[in-house]
Parts: sequence; C-alpha cells; structure tokens
Amino acid sequence: MDLKDRLTELKVKALSEIGTVEDLKKINEIRVNLLGKKGPITEVLRGMKDLSKEERPVVGSLANKVRDELTEAITQRREKLEIIKTARKLEKEKIDVTLPGVPVKAGQPHIIMQVIDQLEKLFLGMGYQVVDGPEVEEDHYNFEMMNLPKDHPARDMQDTFYITEQILMRTQTSPVQARTMEKHDFTKGPLKMISPGKVYRRDTDDATHSHQFHQVEGLVIDKHITMADLKGTLQIIARTVFGDEREIRLRPSYFPFTEPSVEVDVSCFKCEGKGCAVCKYTGWIEVLGAGMVHPNVLTMAGVDSETYGGFAFGLGPDRFAMLKYGVDDIREFYLNDVRFLSQFAQKG
Amino acid sequence: MKVSTKWLKDYIDLDINPEELAEKIERTAVEVDSVSRLDKKLKKIVVGFTVEVRKHPESDHLNICKVDVGEDDLLQIVCGAPNIAANKKVIVALPNSRIAGNVKIKRSKMRGEVSEGMICSLQEIGFSDSVVPKVYADGIYFLPADAKPGEPVYSYLGMDEDIIDLDVTPNRADMLSMRGTAHELAAIYDKKVTLKKPELKEDLTDNISDYIQVEADKELAPTYLLRVIKDVQVKESPMWLQKRLWNAGIRPMNNVVDVTNYILLDYGQPLHSFDYQKITGKRIEVRLAKPGETLQTLDEEERELLSSDIVIADDNGPIALAGTMGGLNSGISADSQVIALEAAVFNSSAIRKTARKHNLHSEAAMRFERGINRATVAEALDMAAQLISELGNGKVISGFAVGAQANVQSIVVTITTKKINDVLGTGLQDAEIRDIFERLGFGVEEKTGSFKVSVPARRWDISIPADLIEEVARIYGYDNLPATLPSGELTPGKYTYKQQVIRDTRSILEESGLMQAISYGLTSDKKAQRFMMEDAQPTKLDFPMSSDRTTVRMNLISGLLDDVAYNNARKVSDVMLYEQGRVFYRDADSDRPREVEHVAAAMTGLYSAQSWHDEKKQIDFYVAKGVVEHLLTKLGVTDISYETSQKHEEMHPGRTADIFVGNLFIGFIGEVHPNISKEYGIGRTYVFELDLQKIIDFNNELIVYQPVSKYPVITRDVALAVSKDIENADIINFIKAQSGKILSKVQLFDVYEGAKIGAEQKSLAYELTYSDSSKTLADDVVNADFEKVMSKLQEKFNVEIR
Ligand SMILES: [Zn+2]
Repeated sequence: MDLKDRLTELKVKALSEIGTVEDLKKINEIRVNLLGKKGPITEVLRGMKDLSKEERPVVGSLANKVRDELTEAITQRREKLEIIKTARKLEKEKIDVTLPGVPVKAGQPHIIMQVIDQLEKLFLGMGYQVVDGPEVEEDHYNFEMMNLPKDHPARDMQDTFYITEQILMRTQTSPVQARTMEKHDFTKGPLKMISPGKVYRRDTDDATHSHQFHQVEGLVIDKHITMADLKGTLQIIARTVFGDEREIRLRPSYFPFTEPSVEVDVSCFKCEGKGCAVCKYTGWIEVLGAGMVHPNVLTMAGVDSETYGGFAFGLGPDRFAMLKYGVDDIREFYLNDVRFLSQFAQKG
Repeated sequence: MKVSTKWLKDYIDLDINPEELAEKIERTAVEVDSVSRLDKKLKKIVVGFTVEVRKHPESDHLNICKVDVGEDDLLQIVCGAPNIAANKKVIVALPNSRIAGNVKIKRSKMRGEVSEGMICSLQEIGFSDSVVPKVYADGIYFLPADAKPGEPVYSYLGMDEDIIDLDVTPNRADMLSMRGTAHELAAIYDKKVTLKKPELKEDLTDNISDYIQVEADKELAPTYLLRVIKDVQVKESPMWLQKRLWNAGIRPMNNVVDVTNYILLDYGQPLHSFDYQKITGKRIEVRLAKPGETLQTLDEEERELLSSDIVIADDNGPIALAGTMGGLNSGISADSQVIALEAAVFNSSAIRKTARKHNLHSEAAMRFERGINRATVAEALDMAAQLISELGNGKVISGFAVGAQANVQSIVVTITTKKINDVLGTGLQDAEIRDIFERLGFGVEEKTGSFKVSVPARRWDISIPADLIEEVARIYGYDNLPATLPSGELTPGKYTYKQQVIRDTRSILEESGLMQAISYGLTSDKKAQRFMMEDAQPTKLDFPMSSDRTTVRMNLISGLLDDVAYNNARKVSDVMLYEQGRVFYRDADSDRPREVEHVAAAMTGLYSAQSWHDEKKQIDFYVAKGVVEHLLTKLGVTDISYETSQKHEEMHPGRTADIFVGNLFIGFIGEVHPNISKEYGIGRTYVFELDLQKIIDFNNELIVYQPVSKYPVITRDVALAVSKDIENADIINFIKAQSGKILSKVQLFDVYEGAKIGAEQKSLAYELTYSDSSKTLADDVVNADFEKVMSKLQEKFNVEIR
C-alpha cells in the first residue's frame, strides 16, 4: 500500500473511531495516538524520505490535511463530549425549586414610628428641623408659655401627671416649641420645626384612651406666614398620610396657644366621603388641631409679635395609625404583641 | 349646652332644618355633640283621661282603668303605677304603639283582665331619670288638665322640639346661653335678634334697704346684686317652663328654683335664691371662709370650708358657697314666702378652685369659671324677679341691694384690613370686613381700611386683634381660604448628628431581625429601678392612677420584659424586640431627671425555627452578642471590650458582660436572672442595654477608606488547650500585644470542651492573619513571629499547643 492509501485508510478509520468515542479520556488517548510523535501520521511523514521528489509534496500536503482534519474532528468531538458531560452533571444537580426559601431574619419599625418617620421625611423635605425636648417638663413650658396660666379653665382639657407642683409629664410636645422659639435667632431666618415624641395624660387606659401616646407638633414662625399657608401645609400632611385624593376642611376650635384655632377634618379615606362607620357617616374624620400662633405665646418667648407670626399644628400618630390601619384598641400599640407588630412589616 | 330650636325661634327668625343648622354651627362656631328629638322613634302615644280606676280583683298593686282616648269607646288598661288616680290626664301608649327603647306595646291580658295599651311614666317614653320631676319619679305622669284626650302627647311635653347639643369650647362661654347662641346664629345667618327685656313691676310700698344690707369684697365679687320678692307661693312651674328646663337637661323643682335655672340657660347668668327668713341679721357679706367654718350644702353634705372658698355669710356664718352650691338651711322650701335673689359675678379662679376642691362641678360654677356676660347681670336679675313674682303671685320689693357693681364697657380693638389679609392670606375688601363685624353685632368705626371695633361685653373672649381675625375668618368661612405654602427664606431640613445616630441605631437593629417595641415610660417603682446602669434617684408621680404606673423608668429592659411576658402568656415564645427611648435619671438634689437616650433589646426562644433546610437555632448569649457587635460596628464604634460582670443583680451572674469602649462603660449584655424570669413568667431571655448618648458623644468620624493590600496574606492556624477559666479575650489581647506589626487579624474559629481534652480544659482554635501592605511577606518572617508568640503564650497561660 502506498503512503497515500495508508493515509486515506487511516483517516477513515480514525474518523470513525473519533465519531463513536464517548469518553473524554479516550479522546485524549486517541489524539495522542494519532497525532503524537509515535503516531501513524508522524510515521507516514517519516517514511516520506523514501519518496520521489514529485511525490513528496503531494503526500506531505495530504498528510498535513489528514492531520488537520483529524485534529478538527477531535476538537469537535471533545467539545461535544464536554457539553454532554456538563449536561449530565447539571442533570444530577437538579433541585426542587418549589421548596421554600430560607427565611431572612428582618425586624421592622413600630407602626407608630412608621407614621412619625413618614411625617419627618415629609417635613425635612420642606425645610423643617426635627427638634426633641424633655418628656419630664416644667409647668412653665408645658402650660404657661403656651398661654395657659395656672388657673385657666382650659387646663381641664388635659389631665396632667404632676411630679411636683412645677414639674410634670409633658401633656403635649408644644413645650419643645416654646424652648426652641426662645433660643431661635430670627435674624438668621425663619423657624420651621416639628417636634415628635411621647406625651402623657392622666387618663384611664381603655380602647380609645391611653395615658401615653405620641404627638407630632409643627411650628413655622416668619415675617409673612398666613393661615392660607397653614391650610396648604395641612393639605400636604393629609395627602401624604391618607392618600392623594384627600380633601381637608377646617372648623373653628379652641386652643389657648393659637388664635384663630381650628380643628382639621380629612375626607374619609374608607368611603371617599360617602359615609361609613369610620367617619361616623359624616364623610369626614377629625385628624388634627391647628391655628395661628397666639401673640401671647410669641411675646412670652421673646419674639416680636408685631413683626413675626406663624402657624402651629399638632397631630397624633397613634390616632393616625388607628385610622389608617383600622386598629380599634390603642393599647395594642404599647403591649408589643409580636403578632400585632409583625403585621406592619410591609413598606408603605 | 342643649339648645332647643323652638326656644331659639323666640329670638331669631330661622327656618332651617336642625341637621343643617347643626352642620353650620359646627363649621362656624363650636362642635355639635348631637341633634335629637324625643319623639323621634315613638308611635301612637296619646293623651288619655282616666274616667274610672278600680282595684284589680286578682292583684294588690294593679288597677283596672277605663281611659278616654278621644274615641267612642273607653279603653281598659291595667296599670301598676302607685300614683294612678281617676280624673287625670295621663300618657297612654295605645295598642301597637312604640315607646322608648323601640319597645312595642300590644293588647294583652294581665291576670285575666284585658289591657289595651299602657299608661306611661315619662321615663317609659324616653325621658332621662335626671330630668323627671321628683313627684313623678316613681310613677306615671299627669298631663295638664286642658290636654285633649286622643291627641299625641309630644307637643304637651315638648318632645317635638329639636335639640342641638353644643360642645362649647372654653373660650365660647357666651354660647352657654340661649341669648348668646341667638347672637351667634344671627351673625352666621346675617339675621337680627329680638330679645325680650324685663318689664319689672316693683312694689313701691317697701324698699330693699329696709330688708337687707349687702357687703362684698370687689376682688371676690366684682358684681353682687340682690333683690327681694315677698308673698311668694312656692309651687310647681307652668308647663312651658318645665319643658324648657327638661329639654335643656335640668329637672324642674318649683317655680322659684326653676326660674333661676331658666335665667341661667337664657342669659348664662347663674342666680341663687335664698329663703329670706332664714338669713340671720338681715345682713349679707361676701367674703372668704374663715378657719374652721363649715357649711351643710344643698346636697346635705357637711363641708369643711377652705380659706380659698368664697362664701355668702350672714351674722351666723356661711349660708352658701359662692357660685357653686347654696346652704341647705337657707334654701328654698315649700313654705318659703320671701325670696332673696342673688345675681353676681364671682372671681373665676376662686370658683374654679372651690369647684375642684369640693368636687362641685355645677352648671353655675362652670359659667363663673369661664366667664359671664357682665352687661346683663342686673337685667337677668330683673327678669328673674319678674318671673318669680308672676309665677308665684309675689311682689318685688322696690330697688336692689348692691354689694359691688363693676362698670361694664365695650372693649375697643383696633385692626386694619391689611393685617387681617396678611394673617389670613386673603384679599378681603374693607366693606366685607365691616359687614362681618356688623353681623357679629360689634360697633364699627372705619377709616380707610382701619377699624375701631367695639366688642360688646357678651363677647368677653375678644380683646386683641388676633381674636378679631378669628371672628372674620370663621364668619368668612375657612373653606374660602386659599391653600398656599410658606414662601419665605429657604431653610435646610436635616437631622442633627444625634438624631441620625438614633435613627441609624433603629434601622441597624431592624436589619438584624429585631422588631421595634414601644413600651410604657411609666412603670412601677420596683421595675423603674432595676437593670440600672448608673446611680440615680427615681422620679415619681405625685398622684398616680395605679400602682403599675407610679415612676418614670430608669431602664428600658423592664418594659421589654413586660412585652416578652405579654407574648409568652399568649403562647408566642419566640420574641426579638428592641426599644429605643429615654431613661430618666434624677440627681438627689434635683426635681427634674436627666433624660438619657438608651437602646435595649430582649430576645428569647428560637432565633430560627427548624426547617427542611436548617436545624433550629436557639437564642443564646452569643446570638444576642452578635447583634450588639453588629450594631456597634455599624455605628463605627471601635476598641470595644466585654468583661464578665456580676454586679447586675437582675442578671445571670455567669452569663453577663459589661461592655466598654476603651475604659468607658457603655452598657451590658447577658441572660436575665432566673429569679426575674420566673417573676415575669418568661423563658430564658437575653437582654442588652446600651447608653446611646455615650455612643453619640464619641462622635465617630466617617469611615476612612483603607487601601486593600495588593500582596497576598499568610495565615496560621493554631489550637490551644487552656484552663477553662481563661477567657478568649485574654488570649486574643495577648496575641495582639505580643505579635509584630504584620499581624493583621486574630479570629477564634472553634471552641471545644469534652472527652478529647482534660475536664478542666478547653480548646480554643485561632486563625492568625499576617499581611504587609508594601511587600510580599516571606514565610520565615511570619514563622518567626508566630513561633515567638506561641512560646510566650505557653509561658503566660500554660497553654498546650495542639
Ligand atoms: Zn367614611
């Protein structure tokens, strides 16, 4: 047999072997055997020295061609086998994707804090500062600076836990406003603040009363603050907390530290104003109190009430949360039943 | 204040349905509690005439009555009322009628006798016990003799009147009277009021000075007036008067007392009537009570008077507590004939004090506390004297005694259109503002947008421009105000550093799996003083409501343990709560405590439950410690150490550590002492409490970026067998101290105690990491350092290197 025939035969045989091999290790062996230094092709090439000058390039080129073809066939076969191998391996690694995931341990803010956070975010965005103050307060700041002298009948509106005659558990967060107004330098710009925090009333705890609850009170003092500004601000609060479609209405009320004073109702978010149990069939829900800061309050804090004026409002995050989430017992907020708290894990 | 719309119509021409009226009042003046009508749900209740009353043969308390209800046949009705009598006009609930409480009355048989309906008491048709005249309290009611049988009873009893119950705010005491309310409605609806004036006929044969002398301290009673009416017959008041009283929630008594109550409602002027003949010495003095004085008040209570109580006294001592309650002895009785009638204004804070100290919160006291119309004191007195004389056939003695009489003038307040518009954000015109003031019945002098407003005495709540602005705003209508936002200088809104740390703390703990709790700040004395982190005095309430809430907390853990107990009692055993809030440390020489921000957590039960994927994981000390470590790391706190501590008596002595930053104690962590857990009825609970203020005070700088070393690190592992009482921290600190600069980290990765090691021993395994940021470390350099430290460890702790 001449070299050309040997090469052809070799090629046919090798291609068939490559085509049927199933093992990656084997294909490697085949490669070494066929294309290695001791392999048949090398052998053919070595045998070329006996060929004639004319035959030599012909056989040489044929041998190279065969080697290239076989190399290509081996590479392809190996790739194919690798794909199969991976597929088999992955097949074995198949899992039941319907099994439950490993729970992520996550806590969340208390629902009242969520309401407060929402309001803080809103007011920080409008350029207000958040100001904290003492929970154990002086009568002076809690009442007197709020235009409520010692024997004022409106003191009956708030039953107070006294520590001594002069010291008490604050009944509202407005003393923080008095303290801040006293210190604020109005030449440096307006005062815009909210004061969130705990307050205390001498009340017997039941479904709608709690001796401890929260307030967020707001105050803006500047040269040209109007009641229309108050109305616009209250509208934003109502819409932020209760939804974009909410309307508000103001009703006359009385707080010693504001004049005029108003009670603020928001259109019922449950029934869209048609009337339901939440709004007691009125279409409106009372949500907060507000007003224009009483000149006495400004004067007592050392602010010139001729030049400066402003508005104040106060709202109860407990009440907001009760309304918004249909909680019908305020005590739930302070008992911290995990099953209660965890219901408010959802964002928003 | 219960306002009858029918009564209102005497003063103002209003034809508006009561719901609409109530809504308008609520939007413009004061809140409305309810709108009601006594006859609202009643049906077929008519006047009856008892033609015949005879004993029921089968009963000793029932009577069989033949009743004329305006039909051809008499009805037979069995009646059990003790005061049933023949020839009386009574209230009859016909068969198939509906009485109070939605009760249906049917034809029935009572002990064999047919009963075609029911003869009713006032309570049975919806009257409150508190307004039913005493004589009818336990029986049926007798209608006036001229009532027509068969007609509905409602108008005879005033049950067809709409009653609007106003919740009057303290500033609007003017609306605690019918006349004041009429003025308000006149302003709201732009109407005129027509008020009746007294037309008093005095008996000129006598003069008041012959009857009585009055002295009053002007400070205590700026106005004190007295009239005397003689030859009065005390008797039942006419129906029109009784109806007005009970519709306002007041029980009719007799013509004298009823008139004083009527005037109270009409003018808002409290009056008091004395039996003139019981006044000793015919001399009255308004003064403060003297030490030791007592008075038996109308409620038959013997009261020890306080030196702050204003009293009305005669020669024998106090005969009334001014403005709050009269004395029993000098009160009106059925046989009083000469009436001394007092109309006064008392010092409001003194009345408030008396009402509080003696717990006498009457309609009169409330009005004196909030203020009354000083312009109509004398007019109200005249109106009352006239009515008493008319209703009791008496004669009003000429003149009235004056103990004090304040001069009453309108208050003038000046304001401009500009100021009003500046405050309200409106564009009101001068004429609109003038119109509002005029509707309110105020005097107005205007000069190009500047108003001089004379406010009548009936609106004593108005004294400054802001008060007038409120009047304009509410009459103009809050709905008509525009809605804008403050337009001044821009201000930045951001948290302070302290506020930011507090909020970061909360979110770090939440991402660690803890839920935020908010517990009560007031707790028991005992719980307030547990888990203390520094020496301090408790802050206690003066008058607590209950023994559970007497003291302001000085720790957060107590509250969290209350929460854990609440959960465990409800079969919720896995609890991971944290709380951020204040504790209140009081120094012995101070009334007010320092308020310090703390953060604490309580963890009990499973950290994670058994699942198909994982073994269950119980919460233990190290789970809790992991939370603290995570928190402090995230807050940028460094140089933290944990030292075993036995100084917290509420904590497990072997499982508690104090936490230090450098040398500064910032809190503790550990297992709650089993005695405390038992007291709360809770499982093993791990807690920590940190002084957040101290962490805030470190004012940790922002994290500074450290370049990551380009060169590979080298690690060496070692297991050390040591005596059990040696703590991990001792080893780690020693290794760190003894190693060269190339040691970058030491980490414990295993702890072993058990059979493979001596009973008094434990094995701690560490990985030491070496690195150099400037060059590749050579093995021999690391080895040298490592060997040096190991041999020192052996010397120091007698460790066996395994
Ligand atoms: Zn609704």
